[in-house]
Amino acid sequence: MLENKKALLFALLILQNANFLVAICLVLFGLYALLFKKNLIKMAIGIAIIASGINLFLISAGYRKGGVAPIFTEATIKASEAETRMVLPTPQALTLTNIVISLAVTALMLSLAIRIYQQTGTLDATKLGRLDEL
Amino acid sequence: MRDMSKIVKITALVVLAPLITFGLYIIAHGHLTPGGGFQGGVIIASCFALLFIAFGKQSKHMLNKELLSVAESLALFGFVFLALLGLRKSFLNNFLANSGAMFGASVPFGTKEAYINTAGTIPLMNILIGLEVSCALTIIMLLMLNEKVSKHAGK
Amino acid sequence: MKAAKIIFVIIFAYFLIACALLLRPFGSPTETTMDEYFIKNAQIETASNNVVASIVFDYRGLDTLGEATVLFAAVSGVILLFRGGVPK
Repeated sequence: MLENKKALLFALLILQNANFLVAICLVLFGLYALLFKKNLIKMAIGIAIIASGINLFLISAGYRKGGVAPIFTEATIKASEAETRMVLPTPQALTLTNIVISLAVTALMLSLAIRIYQQTGTLDATKLGRLDEL
Repeated sequence: MRDMSKIVKITALVVLAPLITFGLYIIAHGHLTPGGGFQGGVIIASCFALLFIAFGKQSKHMLNKELLSVAESLALFGFVFLALLGLRKSFLNNFLANSGAMFGASVPFGTKEAYINTAGTIPLMNILIGLEVSCALTIIMLLMLNEKVSKHAGK
Repeated sequence: MKAAKIIFVIIFAYFLIACALLLRPFGSPTETTMDEYFIKNAQIETASNNVVASIVFDYRGLDTLGEATVLFAAVSGVILLFRGGVPK
């Protein structure tokens, strides 16, 4: 009986924190692609997946149960309860920053991959020599 | 990159104008509704991506790379200039808000109606950032389109 | 080498999951003083109905300036990489 209750509590903990766990899964998938894949484009995809995991974590960190978006235009709540029912706006602003920066980083990485393929004819990171031999 | 059939080209040209208008709407209403400079800029850049997909190599001559990069630099310069204009109080001070001039109408707490003549420098900064993001992404796509990636590119 | 990588990933995953489960219950943030100030004063101080826009362009404008500069630097890097043909 006691063990049953413990397992139930653990399942509840996991279900309640599903957003954080999915964000961690995305970060780990990206890390796997970075560490174990040798293709440069797959490594770029790994970094993009890590960035989306961080985005999900930031958005989940600022969420309030039953909250609405922090925009007053046609909001469905009363103005007096806005402070306690609106979702935190600062993590959303930081997520916006993170999206644009990850986009810039991805564009630069893909350009480098194209250039490396043009120079050497391969995308395998282990077959590339030193950079000054390019 | 090869160009696609005539049907795709005509459809892309037909869809282009409403999509760019939608991007401009998202930019202009950034201080009232969800959206803003970044999102609208990305929508406008995606219109040019549609153009590149449909027209292939012919779209190289439709857009001027130098003009786009000059527009991007001018937008970033305008952002810094607008931030410097508020130096009477502090850097990035919103000097137009609640002043009664352009975009200067004040909003009491809890208003749910949307008035476009509000928010001070925020709409102007939205427009500048939208110009910068759309030009930046279009330049990146244009440069990647020009590159030749063949099997025997190396030695 | 590969075993070291796998051990690193497992230890990293353990710490991340422990952090996620011990952080706080999802949906009830604890430190909200700054955000409550933003929600309460955004309409009065910046006259903007969209609180996120007022944070991005007014309260934390320097962040946005740095972000636009990063985008500008990335475009400069791409132009630099693709400036000429393949050298012989």
